[in-house]
Amino acid sequence: MVPTLSGRIQTRLFLLCVIGIPWTALISLIGPHAGHASISSVFETTYWVLAEVALVGSVLWEPLYHVAMQFRWEKDWPIMFSLLQGIPEGVLAYVLLHAIGPSPIPPAATTATFLTQFIPLWVMVWLVAIGPMRVIVPRWRYRGGRIV
Amino acid sequence: MVEGAGGQGQLETHGELTPELIGTPLWSDEMVARAGIPVVDSPIVSVGGGIGSFVLVDFLRVWGLPAGAVRVLTVLDYPWQTYEYLTRNSQIPETERLRSDSSSMPNNLWGFPSYAVQEAFEEKSLASLWNVFSEPILCDYWTPRAGMVFRGLRKEADRIGYWQAVERGQVRMVRRRQEGGYFTILTPPAGTTATRRVAFRSRVVHVAVGYPGLKFLPDLQAYRERYKDHEHVVNAYEPHEHVYAELRRRSGVVVVRGGGIVASRILQRLIDDRDHHGAQTTIIHLFRTYVTGPHGPNRFNRRRGADGWAYQGFNYPKSVWGGELWARFRKLEGDDRLQLYKIIGGTNTPHRKNWLRQQERGRREGWYRTLTGEVLEVMPGPDDKVITAIHLTSQQGEAATLQVSADFVVDCTGLEADISEHRVLADLLEHSGAGRNVLGRLDVERTFEVRGTRSGEGRMYASGAATLGGYFPGVDTFLGLQLAAREITDDLAAIGMVRRLGSAASLRQWWRCVRGVPLP
Repeated sequence: MVPTLSGRIQTRLFLLCVIGIPWTALISLIGPHAGHASISSVFETTYWVLAEVALVGSVLWEPLYHVAMQFRWEKDWPIMFSLLQGIPEGVLAYVLLHAIGPSPIPPAATTATFLTQFIPLWVMVWLVAIGPMRVIVPRWRYRGGRIV
Repeated sequence: MVEGAGGQGQLETHGELTPELIGTPLWSDEMVARAGIPVVDSPIVSVGGGIGSFVLVDFLRVWGLPAGAVRVLTVLDYPWQTYEYLTRNSQIPETERLRSDSSSMPNNLWGFPSYAVQEAFEEKSLASLWNVFSEPILCDYWTPRAGMVFRGLRKEADRIGYWQAVERGQVRMVRRRQEGGYFTILTPPAGTTATRRVAFRSRVVHVAVGYPGLKFLPDLQAYRERYKDHEHVVNAYEPHEHVYAELRRRSGVVVVRGGGIVASRILQRLIDDRDHHGAQTTIIHLFRTYVTGPHGPNRFNRRRGADGWAYQGFNYPKSVWGGELWARFRKLEGDDRLQLYKIIGGTNTPHRKNWLRQQERGRREGWYRTLTGEVLEVMPGPDDKVITAIHLTSQQGEAATLQVSADFVVDCTGLEADISEHRVLADLLEHSGAGRNVLGRLDVERTFEVRGTRSGEGRMYASGAATLGGYFPGVDTFLGLQLAAREITDDLAAIGMVRRLGSAASLRQWWRCVRGVPLP
C-alpha cells in the first residue's frame, strides 16, 4: 500500500465505521462477557475499545507510521506491516481499557471479550484494505487511500 | 457514419492531404471536404492502439460508454503486440516474470483479485500469496509472468468488445477543428478504402503512441553506421537470438552495457545458457555509474544499491502510483518538479536473489567482470571482434584507458528518442499548440489533457511514455496508464461524456468483470 497521512486516517475511520460498528454490536450481543454484566455495560465497554482504536490510531499511531514510512525509499507501507501493527495497537488498547476505560461494577467485559472483538476486527479491516477497498471506493488506490 | 465528398469517381482521385490542410493548424469541415477526404464521426478517438489505448477503452466501457462511441486507430494487431515484442527481445518470454506489481492489472481496473491470487488458484499453491504478504521485507517483490498478463488482456478485450473499436491504419496527424473537436487523419492499409486517407472527426482525442522510438548509444550508433555491422553490436530491444546461438556454439566474450533491468535480464540469459547449454561465455559488464551502496541526498531519500546496481522494485519508487510521491509531484511546477524527478530518477533494477547469486558465482569463477567508465570509441578488431575503448574511472577517481575485445556488444541502456521523432507528436508540437514539459516531453495537465490543445468543446488527452515529466511520473507502466485513464475518464464524466463511476456501479461492474460477463 502507498498511503498518504490523510489517506491512512480516512481509511482507518472509514473501515472502523463500516466494519467496526456492526462487528462490535454483534460481539456485544453474542460474544463472551462477564456473567452478571448488563447488556448496556457490555456495549459501553466494547464501543469504548472501538473509539479508542479510531481515536488513538488517528492521532498517535498513523502519524507514527507515517514518519516511519519516510525512511523508506519507496514511501510504501508493506501489507505485512499493516497486519502486524495490530499487535502494538491491541496491547495499547487493552492497557488503556483497564487504565482509563469505563469501569462498570461489576466489570462487563473480560479479556475474552476484548480478544474476540479486537483480533477478528483487525484482520477483517486488513483484508478489506488490501483488496476489496479498491472496488468499494474506485478512486481510493489512486489517491493515497483518501476517501474524500 | 461516413460523409462522402462527392461521388465514387471523385473519391478515387481525391482523398489526399492537400497543401492547404498540411499548412493550416485549424481545419474546417469544408476544407476536409474540399480535399475529398471522407469523414467518420466518433465521439472519442484513441490514437496508438497499444496498452495505453486499451486501458482507456476499458475504463470508458466500464464507466458505461457504448461500444460504438470510441474508435482506436492503430497499426497493431492486438494492444500488447509492441510490449510483447520488446519484452521477448529483452529476454522476458511468456514464462518469465515482468517488473510489475501484483495488483497492477491492465486487464482489471480494480486490480483485485490480483495476479498473485490468480496464480495461487492456478497453481494450487500459497507461495505467491505468502510472497505478496511478506514483500519486500522478507523476500523480493512478487511479479506476474508475462503470459498471465497477455492472457488476461485478451480475455478483457473480448469482454469489453475492444476489437469492434479498432480501425486499422497509420495515423498521420491530429488537427483541431474550427467548429470544435478534432480531425484525426488515418492512412488505412492500401486497398482497404476508396481514398488514401480517412478523417475521424471527434470531440475527444486520446494520444497514446508509446515510445517515440528507441535510441542506440551514440558511440554504438556511430559504429553501426560506419562499419555496417548489425551482427556484433546489438540493442537488447531488437531481435538478437543469433548472439546466444553463436555463444552456445563457441566460447566468446560479450560486453553488456547498462545498469537497468534489461541488463539484468540479458545477464540472466547469458548465465542460464552457461548453466544449461554449456556456453563458455565471458561477460564484461560496463557501467557508466557504478553504485557501491545505498545512495541518495539524505536519509529520507536513500535507495539501496550494491555491486554496481541501484536497486528498486519497480520503474519508479512505489508511492508515485497514488501515494506520497504522487501527492508531492502533483503540487510541483518547473524546477521543483525537475529536482524531484532527478532525486527519484537514475537507472535501476529490481533486487532479485537469483540474479545476485548468478552474478556472485560469475565473479567468483572469473567469467563475470564489471568495469566502470565512459566509452571513447567502438571499432572493429581482428577475427570479427569488436573493440571498445573505455576511459575507466575508479572509485578513487584515478583514470585509465582500456581496450576490451569482444565477440558481441549488447546495448541494454534503452535510451529513448525525442518525442519529435514521432510524426504525430511532432505535428502536435508544430501545429496544435502542444508544448513540452520540464523533461522535454508532451506537457499535460493533472487530468492528462494536453496543454494548449483545447478546441472548443473538444479535449485532447495523452498518456504513456510521451508524457513523462508531468505531474505524474509513473506514466509508462501498467498502473500508470490506469491512473491516467482514471483521470481522463473522470474528466470526461465532468463534461458529461460518460457517467461518473460511484461505489455501487463500481461493485456491479467489478462483479461482471470477475465473472467474465461481456459488456453490452
